[in-house]
Amino acid sequence: MSIYPGVPGGKLQLLLTISTTHNPATDLGFLLYKNPSAVHTFDMSFGKLYVFYPEATEEKCTVAILLDVDPVGLIRNRKTQSFDGPQLDQYVNDRPYVSSSFMSVALNTAFRTAFSGKSKERQELADKAIDFEVSIPCIACRGGEKILRDLFEPLGYEVTTENIELDPNFANWGRSRYYSLNLKSKCKLSQLLAHLYVLIPVLDDNKHYWVGEDEIEKLLRVGKDWLSKHPHKDLITKRYLRHRKRLANIASEALAKLNEEEAQDPDVVEEKHLAEEAVLEEKISLNQARINKVVDVLKELHVTNVIDLGCGEGKLLKVFWELKELRKIVGMDVSHRSLDNAEERLHLEYAPEAKKDRIKLIHGSLTYKDNRLSGFDAATCIEVVEHLDASRLTAFERVIFEYAKPKHVILTTPNVEYNVKFEGMPAGKLRHKDHRFEWTRNEFQEWCHQVANRNGYSVRFEPIGEVDETVGPPTQMGIFSK
Amino acid sequence: MKINLPELCLVVLVGTSGSGKSTFGKKHFFSTQVISSDYCRGLVSDDENSLEATSDAFEVLHFIAGKRLQAGKLTVIDATNVQAHARKSLIELARKHHVLAACIVLDLPASISQERNKHREDRNFGPHVIRNQQSQLRQSLRFLKDEGFRYVYVLKTQEDVDAVEIGYQPLWNNRKFDHGPFDIIGDVHGCFDELQELLEKLGYSIKTKQNTADSTTHKKYEVVPPDGRRALFLGDLVDRGPKSPDVLKLVMSMVESGAALCVPGNHDIKLMRKLRGRDVKITHGLKETLEQLEHESEEFKRSIDVFMDKLIGHYVLDDGKLVVAHAGMKEEFQGRSSGRIRDFALYGETTGETDEYGLPVRYNWAGEYRGKAMVVYGHTPVPEAEWTNKTICIDTGCVFGGKLTALKYPEKELFSVPAKKVYYEPAKPFLPVAGETDSSAPEQVSEKRSSYDLLDINDVSGKRIINTELLKKITIKEEYSAAALEVMSRFAVDPRWIVYLPPTMSPTETTREPNLLEHPLEAFEYYKKNGIQTVMCQEKHMGSRAVVIVCQNENAAKTAFGIENEGQGICYTRTGRRFFNDLELERKFIAHIAARLEHADFWKEFDTDFVVLDCELMPWSAKAQELLRDQYAAVGASADAALNMVLPVVSMGAKRHPELLELEEKFAMRKVCSDKFRQAYAKYCWNVESMDDLRLAPFHILATSKNVHTDKSHQWHMDAISKFVKDDKILMATNYKNVDLTDETSVRDAIDWWFKLTESGGEGMVVKPENFVARAANSLLQPAVKCRGKEYLRIIYGPEYTLDENLKRLKARGVGAKRSLALREFALGVEALNLFVKKEPLYRVHECVFGVLALESEPVDPRL
Repeated sequence: MSIYPGVPGGKLQLLLTISTTHNPATDLGFLLYKNPSAVHTFDMSFGKLYVFYPEATEEKCTVAILLDVDPVGLIRNRKTQSFDGPQLDQYVNDRPYVSSSFMSVALNTAFRTAFSGKSKERQELADKAIDFEVSIPCIACRGGEKILRDLFEPLGYEVTTENIELDPNFANWGRSRYYSLNLKSKCKLSQLLAHLYVLIPVLDDNKHYWVGEDEIEKLLRVGKDWLSKHPHKDLITKRYLRHRKRLANIASEALAKLNEEEAQDPDVVEEKHLAEEAVLEEKISLNQARINKVVDVLKELHVTNVIDLGCGEGKLLKVFWELKELRKIVGMDVSHRSLDNAEERLHLEYAPEAKKDRIKLIHGSLTYKDNRLSGFDAATCIEVVEHLDASRLTAFERVIFEYAKPKHVILTTPNVEYNVKFEGMPAGKLRHKDHRFEWTRNEFQEWCHQVANRNGYSVRFEPIGEVDETVGPPTQMGIFSK
Repeated sequence: MKINLPELCLVVLVGTSGSGKSTFGKKHFFSTQVISSDYCRGLVSDDENSLEATSDAFEVLHFIAGKRLQAGKLTVIDATNVQAHARKSLIELARKHHVLAACIVLDLPASISQERNKHREDRNFGPHVIRNQQSQLRQSLRFLKDEGFRYVYVLKTQEDVDAVEIGYQPLWNNRKFDHGPFDIIGDVHGCFDELQELLEKLGYSIKTKQNTADSTTHKKYEVVPPDGRRALFLGDLVDRGPKSPDVLKLVMSMVESGAALCVPGNHDIKLMRKLRGRDVKITHGLKETLEQLEHESEEFKRSIDVFMDKLIGHYVLDDGKLVVAHAGMKEEFQGRSSGRIRDFALYGETTGETDEYGLPVRYNWAGEYRGKAMVVYGHTPVPEAEWTNKTICIDTGCVFGGKLTALKYPEKELFSVPAKKVYYEPAKPFLPVAGETDSSAPEQVSEKRSSYDLLDINDVSGKRIINTELLKKITIKEEYSAAALEVMSRFAVDPRWIVYLPPTMSPTETTREPNLLEHPLEAFEYYKKNGIQTVMCQEKHMGSRAVVIVCQNENAAKTAFGIENEGQGICYTRTGRRFFNDLELERKFIAHIAARLEHADFWKEFDTDFVVLDCELMPWSAKAQELLRDQYAAVGASADAALNMVLPVVSMGAKRHPELLELEEKFAMRKVCSDKFRQAYAKYCWNVESMDDLRLAPFHILATSKNVHTDKSHQWHMDAISKFVKDDKILMATNYKNVDLTDETSVRDAIDWWFKLTESGGEGMVVKPENFVARAANSLLQPAVKCRGKEYLRIIYGPEYTLDENLKRLKARGVGAKRSLALREFALGVEALNLFVKKEPLYRVHECVFGVLALESEPVDPRL
């Protein structure tokens, strides 16, 4: 999220140049329908677009597409067209304005006919592969140099790229997510344009850009000759279309603003770290193992109603919902955004009434006591406690074990001893950035015993995932019963 | 006929159709007090006589009546109520809400009803209906008392009806008129010596009558209380201890002479029952009392019975601000009366579950208490009297070797006298034994844990309206509470630490000066036009806002904040998040400040063992590292990279196309801006390798043990702070300048100062009214207005904001919403501090700081 909305600074695409050394190089002007001896300007909603030729000789001809983005106008102008009302616009982030899509729009605006591969004067040349060189001084790339190469090299480009330093004054801040990019290829101009049009926004992977149904058509049209053969077509399609994102409600927008001070966009960070954890644990398909185990335990305990504490986006709820013996299922989470996603994931809106009646999502917290959490056969608390500060565990214990008092509590958490088994995981690092701690088996069991003693529960333990002889299972589970 | 009713009760009118109930109701009650079944029929069916609607109509009637009784409103039911089952459900309703039921029967001759109905077109039922009703009514009459009506009035003639006058009597427990002051005394249990000592310590003079007729009776003592005060005994005067009869004599003398009030305890009532010859178990120390009573006169024993019989289960005193009962009183029971409430007063309530010893588990009503009245009670011995949600148990187990405790009201001061010995061994260890684990002393532990404040979701969720001293009716919208819940739950420190969150601060109004967005003049004008003559300009540090709490030692952290084993203080951000992830660094940092405070004799000077400081912590990069890297540095890096390539391309283009010269110039200008932008943020960043790289600038001393210092001037704060920050490597003073707004030189001076500060890379300054809280007419003024420098604003408005075309448009900004928000947050923050220092329950403090956090979700231009 930009701290000064309307200045899409970090992602600002100012310039793209296309050169050719085909002789006569100035024929590029015919292909593009833009006379090299003139400066062409276009008024765009987000600023002014210039197309001109810094050099135009028989040997080499370069066309520059320069966007003079109006940073202040961006936010001011949008006010009138916004459907969220002016309030939201006061602090909207820079995502709706990302440069990469600007550049695509600019290319499309300036070279509409060239896209189609038609040329009134030089059709032959338009149909022919010629040498091109494309330069982009600064492009945001999610996934780094590898993605740049993965996307362009299979299409026959020679890729030269350099990562840009974040700030020479603070060398320890590391590298930025920006790259300079130079592409060389022998291809048809229309192809070149199509590739750039699709791949530039894909590189940036801006998921907050609203993409309507018509974007799918556009992608298929522009990519029809090459996309299906691209080895990374799934990634391209996903990124291109995943941009579609439900408009976040006011509260979560506001929350994102709040967290700004704490220097992280929760959405992005969350996703990034969840992904990290998922990748780590993927090889042993731990998530599935956890779900299976929890379901087994619920069945064994003859549970008929259950509350999933910290249900997140409802992965576990979805499984619970298919179990007919569970007559009442409640999912609780502290994040409104997660609950919205859970609702969508479960297709709650369209479920048959009888099925819908069995499940409920509630917004709540594990550190505030809450009447709505009482009266359950079982509570599941799967990979949740490690997200609480250790100093808040007492509050958690009292809320669940002293006040909510389900007959059974099923609690899982990572076994930190197992971390040595994860490839490429630095020693001492936790599995997820938001984990406040990860316990050894001893630490976990000791804590569980204390909680059980203090609150009149008994507790037993079960491993989840493959048990290693020395370091134990990747996930540990405590089953408390009253 | 005079009809006497309790001030709060459910009045059931009984009478046939046409007997005149509605007329009676209209004449004697407010129209809102009377709920008529006919009216309810109309509500649900549009037909007041619809028999089909009866069942729905009564559901509505019960619902409304229930709501009224819950709210403590006298309610009259206007329905025939001639059948027992109809009355039964109403009696149940009254019981449910712990109010008495009264019944007024209009038993007039059937002919009157028949005659009246004849004249009403909508009542075309036959005469048999009235006859049936009449006979049902007659059959009911003698059972009404047994059915549960405490008051029954039967009116036989129209003359009776016309002559009715209704009078109201207060409930026995209503002593709202009685404002004290009181000395409330916990369970005595026959510890006469300690009681005498305690009373004397409190200033009561006690004379013993020797060898008179009174000396063997309940009039043995003559007690003169200190000026205007009275003792208030919480019951359990007897059993277990050595001198129960003397305790009784003393307390009875005091009650009789008006020197004391007394509520009964379960032991007292049990003794009374025994004296009346009931079969009670001689356990829990009753044996000792009975032995001691053997030597007493029969007359005295009879007087005990009379005394106990008159005791009222609980009292509501001092305009409802104080409630006393032996075992406590939950909010919905206060000022009501029923058997269950009396039982609650005597025994408390259990959860219906039993613990591992098979003993009933006590219901932790105090932990859930959210009432406005202070509740003082005894019954369960605790090692120390501690406040929990405006309730306090002052039974400190004197008879078990603890102490006898009194609470002075309204002063809220505790006095106690240690037990001279252990008179009675408790069944379970009462005082904590070193090394004892939790499970072996369940009762004690559960009491201890209940005094730990656990917040309830209802304390914070949903739409809220908070009244603060500075600002009334601050509304917190539901969606913002929801957002705050997540931040509070996932990131904030233990809520007991969060006694304050700082408010947002508005900038000056946009300046008229060209080339600038902000300038001190507008800030000065704002205060001047609101009647403020002197303001203080403080240098604005560019770091992160931090609230720093430092306690004299860990023990102070426990007594003041209830926090154990978490060190002697904390440093948190404006969203309640811990500043340092490195706890060892935090510990050292806090210890350093504590040492400075100690050195400056701060604890003594302020008579405190903790301080809450409002500060700025530098460098900015210490907390905002990720923000800097992902946003600021990223913007700088990309702008730099892009412009470095754009410039040559545009220059080349300009050679071929002169019309591009202008564009070339523009991009060159952008490059300058981008460089300045990088310089702007670089000033606020440096690497932190150890504590010595940190700088902390405190600018408000928010609170100490007994005071919230928002009643002082900023000069006072600056002076007090300078004493402990002087010559320190980490703590730093804030530069400031007092400005007389009526003196042009002074104003000019301050403006020059601002230019100097900002030109050398400073963020700018904060202009504050002379006093912490300032008002104009009736409205609260901004506690501070910030005025940021030209270069600093680049990192807020973007590298190129200074370009004419941009600045012109940016100047069209409004600060109204931001200012309104700042005031509300300020009022909530100050309120939280006040509540905390007044030792109000945690949930009330938390509601305010939670409110600040929730308000932060309000959409306001974040650049302001």
